[in-house]
Amino acid sequence: MTGTLAAIGAGLAVIGAGIGIGNIGSKAMEAIARQPEVVGDIRSNMILMAALIEGAALIAIILSIFVK
Amino acid sequence: MSKFVAILKKRYKRIIRMKKFVVPFICLFVIMANTFIVEGAETHTGESENATHNHDECSCHHEEKYDPGASAFHHIADANAFHLFGDYYLPLPCLLYSPGNGFTFLMSNAFDMHHHGSGTKAIDGYVMVHGSIMRVNQEGFPMDGEVEVSCYTEKEAADGKVTHQVVYKEKCYDLDKKTSYDGGIMGGGVTSFYDFGMTKNVFTMILAFLILFFLFRKAAVSYITRKGQAPKGVQAVIEPLFEFIRNEVAIPFLGSKYEKYLPYLMSIFFFILGLNLIGQLPFFPGSGNVTGNLSVTLVLAVIAALITNFSGNKNYWQHVFNMPGVPLPIKFILTPVELLGLFIKPMTLMLRLFANITAGHIVIIIFVSLIFIFGQAGENLGGSILGGVMAVPLTLFMMAIELLVAFVQAFVFCILTASYIGAAIEEHHEHH
Repeated sequence: MTGTLAAIGAGLAVIGAGIGIGNIGSKAMEAIARQPEVVGDIRSNMILMAALIEGAALIAIILSIFVK
Repeated sequence: MSKFVAILKKRYKRIIRMKKFVVPFICLFVIMANTFIVEGAETHTGESENATHNHDECSCHHEEKYDPGASAFHHIADANAFHLFGDYYLPLPCLLYSPGNGFTFLMSNAFDMHHHGSGTKAIDGYVMVHGSIMRVNQEGFPMDGEVEVSCYTEKEAADGKVTHQVVYKEKCYDLDKKTSYDGGIMGGGVTSFYDFGMTKNVFTMILAFLILFFLFRKAAVSYITRKGQAPKGVQAVIEPLFEFIRNEVAIPFLGSKYEKYLPYLMSIFFFILGLNLIGQLPFFPGSGNVTGNLSVTLVLAVIAALITNFSGNKNYWQHVFNMPGVPLPIKFILTPVELLGLFIKPMTLMLRLFANITAGHIVIIIFVSLIFIFGQAGENLGGSILGGVMAVPLTLFMMAIELLVAFVQAFVFCILTASYIGAAIEEHHEHH
């Protein structure tokens, strides 16, 4: 039973991270389209922000793996 | 018409030229995937050795069951012996200590490992179970010298805790848990012995260190001998990566003081990248899952935290303990949050690298497990072939993704460390 709940939790965490990283990606693409000359800055900030969001999601996933 | 033929010929030539690269590339991937399949097959044969438990009776019997999860966790774990192929293992030095019996030093091949990394001998009460050393923790077992043991088994208690057991003269003896260097302070439980040996991960780290040392030495030498000329060879590989980290990470985040932290940032980037790439190889020199090991990423994160906090200036600590420009009641909430942030930042660094690499490896192993799931653990040949047809492209795809992840994670670790250090050394500016 707890295994099933943990799997659902991992799925929810992935949904959250997916929405967050998707937003970052779409906004970054818009920004690049608007100002192609700062593509380098936008790209590194995009990866940085995506990594920060991913961190929160990964904590949830790790917890759901190790919960028994 | 002749013009059309000429174009076709040209196109064809290009395809032939492409083939030269593409065919060996695909072959390499298929070989890699096959290595996994062979490893998986061994896992399966090892899995069949289970014993029944009718209280005192203890015997080894064969049980056909394949557990993809357990096999995945076994393959990403650290080990005391390096699996080469078949029943051959690279012996690694083991330095074991137990408070009662003192030190034991041996090479891991002394356990005489057969399939699946399980030894057939017990030495001074130590046994090799699935590639890692454990110690007998029950009265009656000969704790001195070398004895033959028949097999290993697992006992599940009522609360779901699994204890490994060794079968010796048709009797089961409980084994202690795998050792932890911290003596069980950080969880994991206190063990009756300590393992200071060189494990598979340590071997891989030394290998990565040597490879990086020779690459960078070569690049450095060519900076002297080829002054004023265009970069060539190793130098041309290292230089763009180096310049990328310097110009995109170090200078924007650290400003004018970047040179002080550049050696650390470069070491962390190339060390993680090297380990990630070595971990991608499924056969001998690679296959050590170092950056997917929580202890390794813990140490990397602790080093990052120490450098950040020791280089923090007055401004940084003021922002932690007494945020300027914030009303007093808010400070009661903000200060604990900032204090927690000091620990959460390195913790996320640790977990991010660990989880990304581990997740990639687990997914690859699960894809390879499709062969055994569809093949009903070797009973159904048609199913195995179907599983193989599915597993190879999926594994290929995951490996391509992992190659990307290897670079991105090294970059992310580096850029986040740089941003934390950058926040700590930032000079005071007007915002209150």
